[in-house]
Amino acid sequence: MHVVEAEIREPLILGEKSYNDITEDVCAPIEGKANAMWYFVFGLAGLLALWGVGNILYTVGVGIGVWGLNKTVGWAWDITNFVWWVGIGHAGTLISAVLLLFRQRWRMAINRSAEAMTIFAVMMAALFPGIHMGRIWQAYWVLPLPNQFGSLWPNFNSPLLWDVFAISTYFSVSLVFWYIGLVPDFATVRDRMVKPLPKKIYSILAFGWSGNAKHWNRFEEVSLVLAGLATPLVFSVHSIVSMDFATSVIPGWHTTIFPPYFVAGAVFSGFAMVLTLMLVMRKVLRLEDYLTLKHIEYMNIIVMLTGSMVGVAYLTELFVAWYAGVEYEGYAFMNRATGPYWWAYWSMMTCNVISPQLMWFKKIRRNLVITFILSIIVNIGMWFERFVIIVTSIHRDFLTSSWTQFHPTYVDMGVFLGTIGLFFVLFLLYSRTFPVLALNEVKTILRATGEYGVKGASSHGHDDHAAEVVVEETAAPVVEETPTVEEESTDESSTDEASEEGDNEENKEQE
Amino acid sequence: MSKIYAMYDDDATLLHGAEKLVAKGVHIKDVFSPFPIHGIDPVIGVRKTRLAICAFIYGLTGMSLALIGMYYFMIVDWPMNIGGKPNHYFYQNIPAFIPITFELTVLCTAHGMAITYFLRNKTLPGMKAKNPDPRTTDDKFVMEINTAEAGMEEAALINELKATGAIEINKA
Repeated sequence: MHVVEAEIREPLILGEKSYNDITEDVCAPIEGKANAMWYFVFGLAGLLALWGVGNILYTVGVGIGVWGLNKTVGWAWDITNFVWWVGIGHAGTLISAVLLLFRQRWRMAINRSAEAMTIFAVMMAALFPGIHMGRIWQAYWVLPLPNQFGSLWPNFNSPLLWDVFAISTYFSVSLVFWYIGLVPDFATVRDRMVKPLPKKIYSILAFGWSGNAKHWNRFEEVSLVLAGLATPLVFSVHSIVSMDFATSVIPGWHTTIFPPYFVAGAVFSGFAMVLTLMLVMRKVLRLEDYLTLKHIEYMNIIVMLTGSMVGVAYLTELFVAWYAGVEYEGYAFMNRATGPYWWAYWSMMTCNVISPQLMWFKKIRRNLVITFILSIIVNIGMWFERFVIIVTSIHRDFLTSSWTQFHPTYVDMGVFLGTIGLFFVLFLLYSRTFPVLALNEVKTILRATGEYGVKGASSHGHDDHAAEVVVEETAAPVVEETPTVEEESTDESSTDEASEEGDNEENKEQE
Repeated sequence: MSKIYAMYDDDATLLHGAEKLVAKGVHIKDVFSPFPIHGIDPVIGVRKTRLAICAFIYGLTGMSLALIGMYYFMIVDWPMNIGGKPNHYFYQNIPAFIPITFELTVLCTAHGMAITYFLRNKTLPGMKAKNPDPRTTDDKFVMEINTAEAGMEEAALINELKATGAIEINKA
């Protein structure tokens, strides 16, 4: 049952941990008091959020005329921010669903927080189309509700409506997936709490979870099916977002490459944001033993891979614009690179295509400071990507007399900064009240990938003893694959971890 | 009916213990653990859950709902002519309906399954937890045995449990 990883593979949990140590380490921030730094950052984020809320209320009260939009540039910062935030959200589901299906055990240290990030980012994203409607109180018009307008329905042929369904499905399914994983961990917190009020709150949150065999049996099935559902969902969401542009006839938008290109970009920016958050979190919450350099290296490899995919997409776009011979298309791209928004285009190119290539060097992949800086650069680049796609494609349209520039107002900026503030307010609150590591999952990999296996167990204390257990346990009806050395040495890119829980799950499926 | 709770500090020890006890005819009522113990289900007779079948049915429901709904809105009730492409026939419009059909299928499957899961588990906000010891959500593993179903005397059972490596035995 418990396969001890080959020596060549770096452990995913450092230090001599017992199951109890994991609980202690993860519950410490919940049970302890926040330090002054936390209050400082929280206050700062809170102020930013309040400023944003003020600007949003101003927009709703006065109308979107207070933004820098004009007749030619009807979509600018609002939709840029929308796509940016949705893109950031993609990493969470990718980590928790796609990496679950691929049996990537390193995901267990980051999936909880990455999913929290997803949920908060999608909340921020959903705000923008909402306020861009102008009359947000009529937002229910996007739903197919029986009405008095001669029973007029929304247009189901429109990608904008697909987006309504995609984003709301994505948000609610991610939330449910996240919460189902949280229930057993809330139970852990509940059972540790001493003070009556927190105990009461966590018992409500834990839904009365008991952790008996049948509960776990169902839990694993639900996790697997939800992961299977969330995997195509995560790809569909950003594909549909890209169709908002791709199905139009604007040069620069009307491109069949958009869906895969947007999905790669979304994963790219999402992982960058996960890195930004995790690098701070592992330090502040002292989770260095669980979020190891290896985890950061893995994430950097994904950033490098998806960044290269994005780079290939940029070049393909350019090539097709030239090769197709459509002069409007050609002009749109020439205008991007050399027109008045050249600085946005070249910032995008530098941040998204060149900077992730540094990750080919192992020293850089494992350097925390460089990783942190690069993760922020990538997100700046990805914001510029959306700005370039949206604004440069429409600011010079078919009618030269209506050519214009876009100038953001302070309200545009205020709303954007406000969502960043709000995002951090939510994430900071989360990091002090929720178990930030998937306790029940991390414990299952402790023996297999922990540095010392399980310490303190009565019958076997150290790794060599843990190895003995393996031999005994092959009696269980589990088909074990002995990973070959070759497989192990390519672990950075391989997705075929012959993990013990993986095999067990497969086994169960066959039953 | 009195119960015996045998506590272990390791999942593997409990699993071995359970195998030995079951071989001796002891009926293990339940096992409480901080994480899934792989391989325990067949030993103590927990059958595979049928939640996935429910999920499939919810998925079909969502898919039908989406297709019937869009057929009614776009083809029957208010056909629109957009860009010279009128909505006369369902089959001609199907490609444009795929994204929402997919989204609604996923929506219904995920939420239907989640609700069924919580109801079947009897885990809902405010429900009382049934784990016998608070440590079972941390690092301890507990086996629950009804003395009436044990198939042996209580004293003999306790000896058997101790032999399998139980660190604590409680009666309730």
